[in-house]
Amino acid sequence: MIGLRNKTFIRKILSQIPLILLFVSVLNNSDFNYLDVKYFSFNFSYILIFYYSLKKSESLGYIYIFIAGLFNDVVIGTPIGLSSLLYLILCGAAAYLRNITLRPSLIKDCIFFLITILIINSLFFISLNFIFNHELNYFDQMINIIFTFLLYFLFSNLFDFFENYFVGNNNVG
Amino acid sequence: METSRDDFVIAIRSAFLKKGTQQRFSLLSLIFFSIILLILSSLNFKAINYVKIVIKEIAYRSSFIVSVPENFIKDSYLVIQKHNNLYNENEKNKSELESLKAKDLLNYFIILENQRLKKIFDDYLVESDTVFAKVLSDKGSPFLKSIIINKGSKHNINLGMITMDGAYLVGKVVEVNYLSSRVLLLSDLNSKIPVIVEPNEVFSILSGTGKDYGVIQYSKKYENIKNESIIYTSGTANLFKAGIPIGIISSNYLSEEKKIEFFSDFSQLKFVKIVSFKKNEAK
Repeated sequence: MIGLRNKTFIRKILSQIPLILLFVSVLNNSDFNYLDVKYFSFNFSYILIFYYSLKKSESLGYIYIFIAGLFNDVVIGTPIGLSSLLYLILCGAAAYLRNITLRPSLIKDCIFFLITILIINSLFFISLNFIFNHELNYFDQMINIIFTFLLYFLFSNLFDFFENYFVGNNNVG
Repeated sequence: METSRDDFVIAIRSAFLKKGTQQRFSLLSLIFFSIILLILSSLNFKAINYVKIVIKEIAYRSSFIVSVPENFIKDSYLVIQKHNNLYNENEKNKSELESLKAKDLLNYFIILENQRLKKIFDDYLVESDTVFAKVLSDKGSPFLKSIIINKGSKHNINLGMITMDGAYLVGKVVEVNYLSSRVLLLSDLNSKIPVIVEPNEVFSILSGTGKDYGVIQYSKKYENIKNESIIYTSGTANLFKAGIPIGIISSNYLSEEKKIEFFSDFSQLKFVKIVSFKKNEAK
């Protein structure tokens, strides 16, 4: 009986991992600067939000994503509300893809993810450059988009593995 | 054709308006809420400013706690790297120390002479308020190079105060909260400060690049700037005290652009000094 209760408790904790990861990633904003790797940056929160909104929408509540966006704005110094807006658009795109998809495939997800991050990064660039007069490096943004897109393959498989073997949700993937 | 359009509308409506399981708000309502927040904050709405201050205090403190494991890994990596270079660095330091000792004696005389002359011109500035602060977060995103420090308006930090790492200029305070502040680093794309390049006394503007170096901009005497020239604050426009060392023109870069290697390593900042200057009243 105690073993069963412990198992449920651990599963409950594990199901909260995506949410914890989201807040850690926005507060930590990991960039691996100290490795001196030039031209390497990616947006982990975009990958996480898109994946979980697409595959397991109940893991990350919209309200938590909204709050994470506010925290991200504060940490990276962008106007408050901007990241929340971008995260929610990303959620919307993922929800739309989920609704129109009959047979899920990683390639289709990735292409849709690329189009979505291109759109939201364009929005980010336009709003910061033209509305808030904040200069941005176009090249750095492109690098960020490319690595975010490429790493989606890796993280998508990692999340699938995590959900199937640790949380025990066989519907994912 | 008509059916596919209907499907599209249904999918969009379901994605943005339907509340999923355990969702208290629909996506569309939250999107509208973020747009309203953006507009109100750009209009400097008072209530939003208070909300912003609260979020900032929470986020900065939590960011510091959350960064602890990553900082530990980062520090360990750097310690190992330093150990590998220890012997070579020691040899180099020894030879440098000898030549610096000789230079120091000469400099001491020049400093005293300079102070005496500046007092005559009533242009001698002394440090008035100095606050030492711990760096809470140095999350240099590709879009913003700044650090968060653990001192705010409670500790008499004001906007525009300059930030130093030892004797070297690091940046200036651009945002002050009650218990924390944000310092815009010299390497940020939006940082532009008046500088003087010595020798040859070339006045110019140092601009950040978003990378770990800066560039010299808007100078007519571009050809007078030689490799390994030293960059100091010029004191023009009373933004900074004149003569604070910033960096050196790097000889590693082969391009036409004059690139500056900063004396201070912005990725390694742990503690910084926040300073303001005032005129020396003692004659």
